[in-house]
Amino acid sequence: MKISPPESQFKNPIINWIDTRLPIFTAMNEAVGTEHPTPKNLNYWWNFGSLAGVVLVIMIITGIALAMNYTAHVDHAFDSVERIMRDVNGGWLIRYIHMNGASFFFIVVYIHMARNLYYGSYKAPRELLWILGVVIYLLMMATAFLGYTLPWGQMSFWGATVITNFFSVIPFVGEPIVSWLLGGYTVDNPTLNRFYALHYLLPFVIAGVILLHIVALHRFGSNNPLGIDVKNDKDMIPFHPYYTIKDFFGLSVFLAIFCVFVFFVPNLLGHPENYVPADPLSTPAHIVPEWYLSPFYAILRAVPDKLLGVLAMFGAIGILFILPWLDRSPVRSAHFRPMYKVFYWLFIINMLALGYLGVQNPEGIYLILGRACTAWYFIHFLIIIPLLNVIETPKALPKSISDPIFSSGSSELGATTPRGQK
Amino acid sequence: MMRTVFILMVFSLFSFSVHASDPLEKGENKSWSFLGPFGTYNKSSLQRGLQVYTEVCSSCHSLKYIAYRNLSDLGYNKEEIKAFSANFTVMDGPNDDGEMFERPGRPSDHFVSPYPNVNAAKAANGGAYPPDLSLITKARGGGADYLYSLLIGYKEAPDSIKVLEGMYYNKYYSGNLIAMPQPLYDDGVVYADGTKASIEQMASDVTEFLSWAAEPEMEERKRTGIAAIAFLLIMAVLSYMAKQQIWANLKKKQT
Amino acid sequence: MSKDKSRRDFIVIASYSMGAVGTGAAIWPIIDQMNPAADTLAMSSTEVNIGALEIGQALTVKWRGKPVFIRRRTETEINDSRKVSLEILRDPQADEDRVQKDEWLVVMGVCTHLGCVPLGQKVGDGKGDYGGWFCPCHGSHYDASGRIRKGPAPQNLEIPPYSFISDNVLKIG
Repeated sequence: MKISPPESQFKNPIINWIDTRLPIFTAMNEAVGTEHPTPKNLNYWWNFGSLAGVVLVIMIITGIALAMNYTAHVDHAFDSVERIMRDVNGGWLIRYIHMNGASFFFIVVYIHMARNLYYGSYKAPRELLWILGVVIYLLMMATAFLGYTLPWGQMSFWGATVITNFFSVIPFVGEPIVSWLLGGYTVDNPTLNRFYALHYLLPFVIAGVILLHIVALHRFGSNNPLGIDVKNDKDMIPFHPYYTIKDFFGLSVFLAIFCVFVFFVPNLLGHPENYVPADPLSTPAHIVPEWYLSPFYAILRAVPDKLLGVLAMFGAIGILFILPWLDRSPVRSAHFRPMYKVFYWLFIINMLALGYLGVQNPEGIYLILGRACTAWYFIHFLIIIPLLNVIETPKALPKSISDPIFSSGSSELGATTPRGQK
Repeated sequence: MMRTVFILMVFSLFSFSVHASDPLEKGENKSWSFLGPFGTYNKSSLQRGLQVYTEVCSSCHSLKYIAYRNLSDLGYNKEEIKAFSANFTVMDGPNDDGEMFERPGRPSDHFVSPYPNVNAAKAANGGAYPPDLSLITKARGGGADYLYSLLIGYKEAPDSIKVLEGMYYNKYYSGNLIAMPQPLYDDGVVYADGTKASIEQMASDVTEFLSWAAEPEMEERKRTGIAAIAFLLIMAVLSYMAKQQIWANLKKKQT
Repeated sequence: MSKDKSRRDFIVIASYSMGAVGTGAAIWPIIDQMNPAADTLAMSSTEVNIGALEIGQALTVKWRGKPVFIRRRTETEINDSRKVSLEILRDPQADEDRVQKDEWLVVMGVCTHLGCVPLGQKVGDGKGDYGGWFCPCHGSHYDASGRIRKGPAPQNLEIPPYSFISDNVLKIG
């Protein structure tokens, strides 16, 4: 057993002195530095993980700045937001960044998830990495919902009312739980105060789960577009400088697009009704969730029964947790799965359709389409994905990332860790 | 393929907000000076709009998020703003005797509301609350165009529509029956700069003014945006070149 | 080769430098939002009607969240203040330098010791040993010119920027 750990090997003596005692620089180097080996064939879809991290930092910083000027009281919340927009130095900029940042956080995370689904990154041995990601996604939705309440506009108020009422479907204790959540009989000042407290807390919880997400990522490293396991050093390059500069380029492009929204159409992704102060006595004619929650809202409304609707909605997210066990195909990347590829794109189109239907009035054709799309969502995960494992013949996989020679058939080369029964 | 889908996704975002925000007939589509990435407010129109608001709208509608000092954006100097604010009576207090008292307005005061509270406003208007106008163009789908259309939308009701007591027909209002009587008539105000005060002119000016009231930061926002995006695009080009250089190194190593 | 390498380094360094500059520019609004906002700045001057104040009376007004003492001094108070030899003062300042009009003394009602509000404005208050103000926190005595005469305070009561807009209206700030 070794008593004293080795001295760190940094050139700068101060860094070396610190790192020997507190290995933060070693940790950084292993996280995003030269000591983090990464598959060399990652494409631009792999940019969105680090991008999501940057967006979280932006959200936390602007959020703290807003918190310094915001008043969590039903009589002052709306006014204090307007004061931020009009009187606080740069307040409009900070608020518009935070407001649009929420939407862009979801855009980035949705692309990150879509990439994951396409390349089968959720499969063994990265199941926990995926599950932690779904936890982050759930926390993000909670945080976004809580934050949307804070400006205390009409959509804030009625959104909070509708979503807290989901819990009233719980048999026997539903009503007491709702009043416990609200701190009263309706969404009111106690609700606003606790939502504010939680909205401030949750981002730090997200940051904590992200740390676990990164630890889990580093256990087996990144997946790659071919979906095959890395064979040797020839397949790998250090994260720095290769992916740092690539991520930096991606970040620049992302921020330029983000700025178009922040500076030129800051309210495009919002809803006009939220510039009307909350009025508990009148519901807006057309109440819709923010776009990023829209697909799940569509699922909720597609089911005619209240309890079943809420269950379907939560089930739609819950199903993501067991995805690694629903998809037992040993091949990860959709490149080599001709049938999965087709159904993948159908799934994406279906999600977009659900998102669209979630903001339409659930009548006539929209209701029928909503039900069809909801059904397809569950069919995709519960029937098609398990079925493909049986009926699909994957294409030949390359031997290694560096070696373009294809092996014959889908041997265990490049497949996930073989399971016992195979 | 993924690229196409991403473009589709962005498009669907646009269509969401359009669908979500605009259930009404759109009406007029004016080419406002403040539209577009380089748009700015027309100062003389803003000043006329202030006059229309003060002489017409302000008898029922508040504008509580605007302070008199903000009028410097319209091109007024300190003295003019001070004189303008002094025209209004502000309720202040309580004083040392515990009484509320009236005093002339100051530049730091917000626009004085016509009614002391929402209930008083409702009571004076047959139960309908005349909304605060500070955010009106942001709070209505269709924004400035909707507001302008509404103001010029008072027409003779078609026979098919029965106009209820205390309601008025408006072409562009949802349901066509609005509790606000027609506010603007030709020569309803006499413009200080001599512009002919037609209904369209007044509607256009007050819409410009209220657009400013809703987004006073707009000009600065767009200016900052141009600079920020230009900076980021240069950064993107540079970092792309840097990325190509660094990765070229890798390919060299391998061959 | 080395020329090529230095060009490469230049582009890499330039792009990362732009990132650093951009971050700095983006951080500025986050810092600046903590500075006084436009509505706070708009309240930074206040106008006071002093027409109703009799000789010997005092008025306290709030300016930038702090009290300002306005005292319309009696003949005796003015004379007593002027007679004091500057040499015995801790913070030597002539009374003439502390007022714009002899009758009107305008000072911040904040003790220069540790920021308490001295007594002496209301009729019933003690005015300290020198006919001005007395700070109850640590016993500083000020005279009728607001100068420190006894106690721990290091300086005279501060004089805010002010001007007489007319005989009856005083503008502070």
